[in-house]
Amino acid sequence: MALISSTSPHTTVSNNTGAFMRQVIYATLPGLAVLTWQFGWGTVINVLWAVVVALVSEALILKARGRPVAFYLKDYSAVLTAVLLALALPPTSPWWLTLIGVGFAIIVAKQLYGGLGMNPFNPAMVGYVLLLISFPVAMTQWIAPGEAPSLAQSWQLFTGQLPVDGLSGATPLDTFRTWAGNDSELASHGILDGQFAGLGWEWVNLAFLLGGLYLISRKIITWHIPAGFLGGLALPALIAWLINPVRFSDPVFQIFSGGAMLGAFFIATDPVSAATSRSGRLIYAALIGVLIWVIRSFGGYPDAVAFSVLLLNLCAPFIDYYTQPRTYGHNKANRGTNSAKQGGGS
Amino acid sequence: MIRTLFSSRSRKVYDFHGGIHPPERKALSNGTAIVPGPMPAQLILPLNMHIGAPAKPLVEPGERVLKGQMIAEPSGAVSAAIHAPTSGTVSAIGPRAIQHPSGMDAICIVIDTDGKDEWIEHAGVADYTERSPGELVDTIRHSGIAGMGGAGFPTSIKVNLGDHQRVEELVINAVECEPYITADDRLMRERADEIIAGINILQYLLNPRRTLIGIEDNKPEAISIIKRACKGCDIDVRVVPTKYPSGGEKQLIQLLTGKEVKSGQLPAQVGVVCQNVGTAYAIKRAVIDGEPLLSRVTTLTGEGVSQPGNMEVLLGTPVRDLLLHGGVDPDNIGRLVMGGPMMGFTLHNPAVPVVKTTNCIIAATLEELPEPPPEQPCIRCGSCADVCPANLLPQQLYWHAKNDDLEKAQHHNLMDCIECGACAYVCPSHIPLVQYYRYAKAEVRQQAAEQVKADKARQRFEARQARIEAEKAEKEARRQARLEANRKKKVETSAPSVDTVALKQASLEASKAYKAAVKAAKAAEAEGAANINELKAEVDRLKAEADKAKAAVRDAKDAGPAAAPTEDRVGNLKKQVGEASTAYKAAVKAAKAAEENGDDNAADLRAKADELKASADKLKAELRDAKASAPATTAAAPQADPMADLKKQVGDASSAYKAAVKAAKEAEENGADNAAELRSQADELKAKADQLKADLRDAKANAPATPTPAPAAAPADPLAELKKKVGEVSSAYKAAVKAAKEADENGADNAAELRAEADRLKAEADHWKAELREAKASAPAPATPKTPPAPTDTPKAPETEAPQALKAVDPEVAAKRQKRLKALKTAYNMAHKQYKEAHAALERGERNGDIPAEELNAMERKVDKLKGKADVARDALDALVEEAKADIRAHTGKDLKTLKLEAARAESALADKQRELEQQRDNASEVNLEALSSELQALEAEAQIARMALKQAVEEQGLQD
Ligand code: SF4
Ligand code: SF4
Repeated sequence: MALISSTSPHTTVSNNTGAFMRQVIYATLPGLAVLTWQFGWGTVINVLWAVVVALVSEALILKARGRPVAFYLKDYSAVLTAVLLALALPPTSPWWLTLIGVGFAIIVAKQLYGGLGMNPFNPAMVGYVLLLISFPVAMTQWIAPGEAPSLAQSWQLFTGQLPVDGLSGATPLDTFRTWAGNDSELASHGILDGQFAGLGWEWVNLAFLLGGLYLISRKIITWHIPAGFLGGLALPALIAWLINPVRFSDPVFQIFSGGAMLGAFFIATDPVSAATSRSGRLIYAALIGVLIWVIRSFGGYPDAVAFSVLLLNLCAPFIDYYTQPRTYGHNKANRGTNSAKQGGGS
Repeated sequence: MIRTLFSSRSRKVYDFHGGIHPPERKALSNGTAIVPGPMPAQLILPLNMHIGAPAKPLVEPGERVLKGQMIAEPSGAVSAAIHAPTSGTVSAIGPRAIQHPSGMDAICIVIDTDGKDEWIEHAGVADYTERSPGELVDTIRHSGIAGMGGAGFPTSIKVNLGDHQRVEELVINAVECEPYITADDRLMRERADEIIAGINILQYLLNPRRTLIGIEDNKPEAISIIKRACKGCDIDVRVVPTKYPSGGEKQLIQLLTGKEVKSGQLPAQVGVVCQNVGTAYAIKRAVIDGEPLLSRVTTLTGEGVSQPGNMEVLLGTPVRDLLLHGGVDPDNIGRLVMGGPMMGFTLHNPAVPVVKTTNCIIAATLEELPEPPPEQPCIRCGSCADVCPANLLPQQLYWHAKNDDLEKAQHHNLMDCIECGACAYVCPSHIPLVQYYRYAKAEVRQQAAEQVKADKARQRFEARQARIEAEKAEKEARRQARLEANRKKKVETSAPSVDTVALKQASLEASKAYKAAVKAAKAAEAEGAANINELKAEVDRLKAEADKAKAAVRDAKDAGPAAAPTEDRVGNLKKQVGEASTAYKAAVKAAKAAEENGDDNAADLRAKADELKASADKLKAELRDAKASAPATTAAAPQADPMADLKKQVGDASSAYKAAVKAAKEAEENGADNAAELRSQADELKAKADQLKADLRDAKANAPATPTPAPAAAPADPLAELKKKVGEVSSAYKAAVKAAKEADENGADNAAELRAEADRLKAEADHWKAELREAKASAPAPATPKTPPAPTDTPKAPETEAPQALKAVDPEVAAKRQKRLKALKTAYNMAHKQYKEAHAALERGERNGDIPAEELNAMERKVDKLKGKADVARDALDALVEEAKADIRAHTGKDLKTLKLEAARAESALADKQRELEQQRDNASEVNLEALSSELQALEAEAQIARMALKQAVEEQGLQD
């Protein structure tokens, strides 16, 4: 028998990148379930559809780039991108919206940058922002919590046979933004009065939190990014809320609203586009959190996970340069860049 | 009480960053006692089982050796001895396959065992405390003990730190953190007392403040046995949590002492010495039992082994014998690893021997250690960074290594990677990260080596350039001074005055040369060049020269009012001649370039060049006339005239000849049709030059016969002329040699011809030199009595003249130099021949294409090196020829310096070569080694010659001083 000739180490862990990605996908299931319970089947339909779109576009572009299709499809990264994007879309999204978003995410944001591992931006968020800018109306119509449409209605929404208007309602974040500073109005909107945060959305976020904790327990992700993210979001919220509780919402409301938990555990943790070192990741995530709070409180958009993540993706290489850990045997870390020429490390 | 408190507080075990927990798989082999290994028919003992210089064989093939007999002794400080592991006969000393990642062969001593296992007489030391530490270190060194944990660093170095280094902690590494390996575990369980005795010896040698043994908590039996054995000793047993790579030296030191070894430093620099338990055991055997290192405990394990376990294996046992002994079905194994699964190497060839560092052989089935899965893209998950014990960012290192961005990889501390493999172990994308780091590290090292080499070469070049320039400037200055002095003498025989302008010029040149040299020396110093001393000597010399020149200017100024330099026709003409010949040279160059490019106008250009040459010649003739007439008006030396004329003619003729030869050579090189024509033309010119020379000789012979009233010029002239002649001919000779060499290199047909030509020129040069010697011998006879210490002489003149007189009465010196010249020539020829041979071999190799690329590269490097050597030799030769040319002109002081330079250069070349030989010994083939050692011999001869020459010169100087 021919002996294998290889360099050390001669043994490796059995898991692989595909398993990694699959774990993340599984961890989104509680969130998906609650979204469906609160807002109907639209999200499930869109997730399935997004996966199909992602696989087809990934396969096509891999073929066009002359790469082994099956090998790369098995890393599940395209599926994960599709799932995350579909989870972020409103459950009322028609098929073409998802198609455009996912197609753009896979083809442009991921593959045109060189495929898995090479993309500087989180592909799902690139797709999301494209849609948000191009179709602001379709992207901001949510269903009022508890008024979940039936499966048939959801399907009709998906196929575009049913106009959205009749079903849509404001989200807690929307509502608060509209009435911020007006005490009586805020008190009169029941949507803001859930068990501990916004109605309906508190459960969605709680479910994503559970999924995220699972990921941490399985060592798929470390605590650094979620903690930084939520801390960065909650801390300024707390300070502002203590100063002016009418103008600013409380930190619990903040972290259990909108895409906070999805962003903290599933989106900002995308390793490819995040910072690398542990301290770097803390800084990276904390800045995302702060940015979300700033945009939510002062910006023109009700939620801001996508924008914040993309902005910090841009900064990740710099954060990396300044957070290199101190190597064993060195007095201090090599911070900063080593030479004038410095392209993005990733 | 305080002590207990203190020690209990310091019992703390620290932690290091990262680490992994791969399946241990130690139970496979740790359940059975150590058994003796097989007695193979043949033992293969590599000369470098350790880090450092390979050992030097003490035996010859065919010699019978006894068990324990030293068969190779340590060579150099960092080296270890080798002993015959059993009795038998040395059957060969030559290259054999050994375990080296590159799969390269190395020189081994092969012993055919005789099965008698007959010991050589040996005795241990009952009480080592009676011996001095120095003696014990020597015992360890001559017992061949090298770190048994994996690195194989000669132990004698590590236990001999010198008085200035205080050892705080002696750390005994019993961690054995790699999966599968249980050799140290079993050793501790079975031979704890001997290990402790070894540790006690180490304590005696190092006198540490504390002694710590680190054992992983997955070896409870070993821990309790060692703890028991340590009772009453000043040894602390520390149990460290199981985590890979806690057995890494730096990691263990961090675990036990909390200290970090600085990047690029040794543990000793933080007061820690780390030794493996196996090494401690070997030390005990060596010191107390008098048994050198003959065997080691090796784990044979893996699912392909029917009886895994530990064996006491004789060093040199081929792995194949071990596998057979352990009942390995060769068809059932998928991977054979020497060392552990994390850092070991796969074996390609089971014939490789077990060496001092072989702690484990894993014969794994394909299911056990399957083919590595395909590499996926890095998703920057950071798992690798989480486990890196050096706290690096492996993903960034990977990224930069993959993109060949070595600078950034180094910025990320690539060189601090200990290649533990933890990162690659956890990588979900199965990227063979360590492979990338090894590659990048090798690149970095190579670049550094190349940088050093390039720096050295640059320094050497600059130094040489500076030297040449300085010499040129010096010569120019002297020439100017002499010229002016002569002119003055001729023009104003009546008015004794000195041309300060010329002197100033000379002084300027000298100080320029001096400054250039200073600059070169400074540059060299900044680079830390080896030849700095030579350069400084050179600088000093030039400084003296410049000072002298300045003094001369001062003297001249003091001596009297400077005569206004007459801007005469001669000066004008000279300038014109200069311009014309530059134009001519430029034209020739253009023509050559054109010919090379195959331009149509080459012929045109050539014609133009000829035209320019003609006009230059005309101008020269005019100049000659003018010069001839100038002294005539002063009616100073009528006798000098025809001679001067003749000399000029000779000069012109020979330079024409040289130009022709050059043209012919170029033509030949370019394969031009008219080469033959040019050659015959050159011959014609040569004949003419010869004729003229003969005339000149005749004239000279006549000249002294008719004594001239003028005391100054005449007697000195023939000498100067002869010297010039010698210079010309020898430079022609050198040019010819070079041309011949080039032709050789290019494989031109006319190489032999050119060589013959060179030889002829050589003969001529010799002839002229002999003549010069004769002339010198005879010249002072009429000259000295006749020349009163002329007040008209410039200060330069006596300086150049006086030694002439001295030398001339000592023909022996000239003969000696002649001898040196010959010797150097031989050296050069030898070097050149070697170079040629190597070059031819390389070409052959390239043509046949049957030699692997690395070897070709190696050959290429060798050719380059030989070329460099030949060049050095030629330089030396040139210098000596130059010296011969200047022969008696030069004063011994200068000779001495030049010789010193040469000697230093030769010595350093020799040292370089020796070092190279040392380095190559472990991985070069026999043929290469042979070539290298013959090179070494040549260099040695060269250095010898240079040394001798130097000594002679010193003696000469002694004679004269
Ligand atoms: S473990 Fe592998 S995939 Fe993850 S960051 Fe390191 S190199 Fe990349
Ligand atoms: S091999 Fe090098 S980079 Fe990888 S974990 Fe070990 S020390 Fe760190």
